[in-house]
Amino acid sequence: MSANTMETSTSTAAATAIVAGGERTSWKDVVFSPRYGGLAALLLVVLATPLFIDGVYQFDMAILVMINAAVVIALNLLVGYAGQVSLGHAAFFGLGGYATAILTTRYEWPSLLALGAGVVLVVAIAAVIARPILRLKGYYLAMATLGLGMIIYLIITQESWLTGGPDGTSVAPLEVYGYAVYDEIVWYWLLAALVVVMYWLALNIIDSPVGRALRALHGSEIAADNSGIDVNHYKTVVFVLSAGVAALMGGLYAFYSGFIAPSTAGFMHSIELVVMVVLGGMASLVGSVVGAVLMTLLPQYLVVLSEYEWLVYGLVLMLVMIFMPRGLVPTLHGLIRRVTG
Amino acid sequence: MSMLRIESLTKQFGGLRAIEDLSFDVREGEVHSVIGPNGAGKTTLFNLITGVYQPTSGRVLLDGQDLSGKAVHQRSALGMSRTFQNLQLCLNMTARENVMLGGHLGLPGSLFSSLLRLPHLTRADRRCRARAAELMDYVGLGDYVDRDTTAMPYGALKRLEIARALAANPKLLLLDEPAAGLNANETAAIEHLIRGLCQEGVTVILVEHDMKLVMNISAHIVALNYGQKLAEGTAQEIRNHPEVIAAYLGAAA
Repeated sequence: MSANTMETSTSTAAATAIVAGGERTSWKDVVFSPRYGGLAALLLVVLATPLFIDGVYQFDMAILVMINAAVVIALNLLVGYAGQVSLGHAAFFGLGGYATAILTTRYEWPSLLALGAGVVLVVAIAAVIARPILRLKGYYLAMATLGLGMIIYLIITQESWLTGGPDGTSVAPLEVYGYAVYDEIVWYWLLAALVVVMYWLALNIIDSPVGRALRALHGSEIAADNSGIDVNHYKTVVFVLSAGVAALMGGLYAFYSGFIAPSTAGFMHSIELVVMVVLGGMASLVGSVVGAVLMTLLPQYLVVLSEYEWLVYGLVLMLVMIFMPRGLVPTLHGLIRRVTG
Repeated sequence: MSMLRIESLTKQFGGLRAIEDLSFDVREGEVHSVIGPNGAGKTTLFNLITGVYQPTSGRVLLDGQDLSGKAVHQRSALGMSRTFQNLQLCLNMTARENVMLGGHLGLPGSLFSSLLRLPHLTRADRRCRARAAELMDYVGLGDYVDRDTTAMPYGALKRLEIARALAANPKLLLLDEPAAGLNANETAAIEHLIRGLCQEGVTVILVEHDMKLVMNISAHIVALNYGQKLAEGTAQEIRNHPEVIAAYLGAAA
């Protein structure tokens, strides 16, 4: 009742408000928006990269970058947008990979069915643990996800009869309708399409009421709750979603590399994923891709420094965090906005 | 008709009774104020009404419906909205997005339609955007619509919280010290705003220390002290109540 009267009485004020608060989009907003500029840049890079790279090694790098990028895009929804830290996401990646590996080689399931089963398994696990674990905040949540990752890692290394233990296990190639995918170039285009789709879907979530609810979890849970947002529900949704994507990419990784080892589910890999989010930029989709590119390629190029590799690597991370605490992409974006007015 | 009924409500924290056997009714379309010294239990009362806390005993009824056991977001869905004494805004969002957050319940919230950006969703969201700008204009924040929340002064943020609360189309609006930290002009603007809301049928519960504001706009006042009801009545009755004067207002008031 009150709602209707409010509507009518404020509608006179509305005319002026729409003029005052209407969309003022300049070419800059379009170029720097993740939806137009970001998506166009991503498409361009993905399409152009094969022209500049050559050989198995370089394609291998590009493929690893894209696997990481897809995981990090989803992880950024959880960590960057919703503000819920997870130091255990590699475990979901690893579980997806192992489930795929075991089901295809041991039980001879068809590739896609095994991949799907891995995702379903991880989604189920994530959904079950989400409620209790996401009640925790900040450091406590970080600790709990760390513990979860360790448990899964331990199970993978200990249950040798199933997983091959510390030695890892080999994986049958991805086979779709009787066609086995071996070729790096096929893998490249497959993953490129996946990353672009993933970017687009993540963008849609962010630009929706769901995305606003997720950002509100980061901004003020009290405000979100009071606005009728079921905080636990949204935390669960984004946690399960990001875990599911990690599992999917883990499965594809297993198919691609033909082999999976426990380190894929390990603590260091979890940290790497979070560092990609933070380095590229929290709550920045373009940042997720940039973070994945840098963190995947940097160690490869720093190999020439031999024993100083990790020193330089650590130094780069420290410097970025000191001078660009918001991450590369948001900081640079802010800088460009200030310079161009 | 009473819209909100507080029925022998008690909230105990360890050995402390923050609210003790409190009962009162809030009538529809009126401003109902809760006053009392710091620590009297005013914010605790708000937290009990909105579901942040569950009471030790007693209950809260909205339009005759018992709210016991209902979570904050469920009570919001029943038409309750509040603002906070210490601001609760999302500083990672623009001013307009904060207001749009208040309109969340009126939007399609499924993940599927969000993922695919289905037309009914984008249409509803666009309406929500436009309405957020209207509401910001209504509370006097027309100049801040697409500003970052971090770039706004304190007084504007207080009103932004009101705009967000209004975006939910509440029938009951709880304002926790909306005039705290505001100057005389800003307080007058808040008073005008609350009056306007009441005329449109919104029921308001107000916690406020600015006695001029409280006395001016309240149809009904409850005075609390140590969690208990000290007195209840019209502004005139409260102003002249000896116990309220002794505990809170002081001789000068």
